[in-house]
Amino acid sequence: MEAAPRNAEGMRSIAYSGTAADRKTNAALHKQLKTFVLHLIVTIKIMTDKKISYLPDFTLSPRIDQVGIEERAARITKRSIKKETKVNGLLLTLNMIDLTTLEGKDTEGKVKQLCYKAMHLMDVYEGLPTVAAVCVYPSMVKTAKKALEGSGIKVASVATAFPSGQAPQSVKISDTKYAVQQGADEIDMVISRGKFLEGEYNFVFDEIAAIKEACGEARLKVILETGELVTYDKVRRASDIAMYAGADFIKTSTGKISPAATLPVTLVMLQAIRDFYYKTGKMIGMKPAGGISKSKLALHYLVMLNEILGEDWMNNKWFRFGASSLANDVLMQLMKEKTGIYQGKDYFSID
Amino acid sequence: MATKVLSKKLKTQTPVAAKKATASERLEVLKTYKIYIGGKFPRTESGRYYKAQNANGHTLANVCLSSRKDFREAVVSARAAFADWGSRAAFNRSQILYRIAEMLEGRKAQFIEELCRQNISTTLAEKEVTLSIDRLIYYAGWCDKFQQVLSSVNPVASSHFNFSNPEPTGVVAAIAPQQTSLLGLVSVVAPIIAGGNTCVVLASYTKPLCAVTFAEVLNSSDVPAGVVNILTGKISELYPYFADHMDVNAVVFCENDADIKNAIQLKASNNLKRVIFYDKILWENIDAQSPYFIQDTQEIKTTWHPIENIGGAKAGY
Repeated sequence: MEAAPRNAEGMRSIAYSGTAADRKTNAALHKQLKTFVLHLIVTIKIMTDKKISYLPDFTLSPRIDQVGIEERAARITKRSIKKETKVNGLLLTLNMIDLTTLEGKDTEGKVKQLCYKAMHLMDVYEGLPTVAAVCVYPSMVKTAKKALEGSGIKVASVATAFPSGQAPQSVKISDTKYAVQQGADEIDMVISRGKFLEGEYNFVFDEIAAIKEACGEARLKVILETGELVTYDKVRRASDIAMYAGADFIKTSTGKISPAATLPVTLVMLQAIRDFYYKTGKMIGMKPAGGISKSKLALHYLVMLNEILGEDWMNNKWFRFGASSLANDVLMQLMKEKTGIYQGKDYFSID
Repeated sequence: MATKVLSKKLKTQTPVAAKKATASERLEVLKTYKIYIGGKFPRTESGRYYKAQNANGHTLANVCLSSRKDFREAVVSARAAFADWGSRAAFNRSQILYRIAEMLEGRKAQFIEELCRQNISTTLAEKEVTLSIDRLIYYAGWCDKFQQVLSSVNPVASSHFNFSNPEPTGVVAAIAPQQTSLLGLVSVVAPIIAGGNTCVVLASYTKPLCAVTFAEVLNSSDVPAGVVNILTGKISELYPYFADHMDVNAVVFCENDADIKNAIQLKASNNLKRVIFYDKILWENIDAQSPYFIQDTQEIKTTWHPIENIGGAKAGY
């Protein structure tokens, strides 16, 4: 579609030069144009042969059957997971958590404490994994990085004027670069929902691509903030844009808007990841975040993940939970399975 | 031949069918006795039930046989309700307890009828219901007064103003008296909630009807959801969970069974629950009500408040 006007432009300029008399130059130009078009055809053929991603028209992203998606998500909650399977699921859940503190009142002390919690979830329970990452604001990255040294736990930082994303691109890029410089292993960016809803998909795409470039080595998680996108169709479209623009992960929410992560919305995004994988052969991670505070719900997410994307995704390289209170609930359930006694939250550290 | 037989059959059948159609008696709509968790009336998650019978072996109702998971859910709602209920003004709790009494008074007849179905004479049934109402009024009165009776200013030999006052202990799991249907339950629940605690109560196994109907009273009398949760089921099955759930702060047991009492004490030691036995109390007696029942589920908090040197103070003027 975009090539057409450019072609017209080219033809016009040739015609113009034709009227400028010199027939020789005109013929040369014609030849040049011919070879250019030939080249173009060859490169396009190479790109398609090598499966190098060319951009799809995002307005044509698949439409989502709302009733169907919700029904399927609801069916997944009916699966019964008991005993060893449950314990294994819970341990995996712990290992997939991005332990998060994203509050205005965060202090260095609070972040250090959270990092300690991340490393020592519950020392009385032997063989417990650590969480996957600690997720903080850019200004706390340095503190977290230092506190987590040698533990293997990643530091994730939100960036790009989180949570609203309402800032000029230069600010967003420097925000990202700052977080990376401070030592963040992962960057959680927010898309410009306003621009997205206006239909400025190219703007959103370019912005994600620019942030991806600013990330360097750090893995990029793109937050769609599905609570503000209104429909599943738009969630699917935003997922496609993010993945084609270079996201390593797509993430549902900031946790600041309700509704945050839900099972149906996650299902839509997982399907988008699957389709993208079939098209390009590239794996993309998924991170539901916000509102997942109970182990049972976390297990439902794992069931869904397994059913849609399969075992390759069942690890913390490709799946994360963004949560602050989920860890404690999982610990309580693990202790319940171990001791047979229902647990109370008074006996688990807050952070 | 065949048609003749058919017509004969029709003739004999028609009058019966006609009678059925015109004089079908109205079927009585029986009440489903469900449990009460978090202000809602769910069935037990286990799907089990038992038949509550009266002394003649006549079935009164199908009643939920609650499972440990029902108890777990009930504790979750009780815990969630505690922050609000425990920090309300004592006077407001008083108003709400009074309201329960009012609603119970309004449905007196229903309770008397239910008690009679469980083989109690009308006179005794009436006595039990009025006594239950009076007991609620009694504890409604105490809601904002027991603190003054139970608290103290303590003399200390340092420069501190030292005082102790009662605070609700949290979630109380209670196994109600099994011999009475209503009075025992009310007498146990009222002091627990009057003191600002929330509770999960196991009703009488053999006489559960009034407990479920009482839940309806609670539900329509401004008691916030989760403050009182009522289960029906077996003591032997549920008491271990009542005693060892780590999110329960006190356990009340009203039967005189030495083995169970022993086991409860052992299990309760896991998180140092308060263990309260009301095993020798006759609930219809006047001494079955007192502020000390409220005290049983209170914690005493003592505050040392630094002040000027009054210990060694002589009159400065």
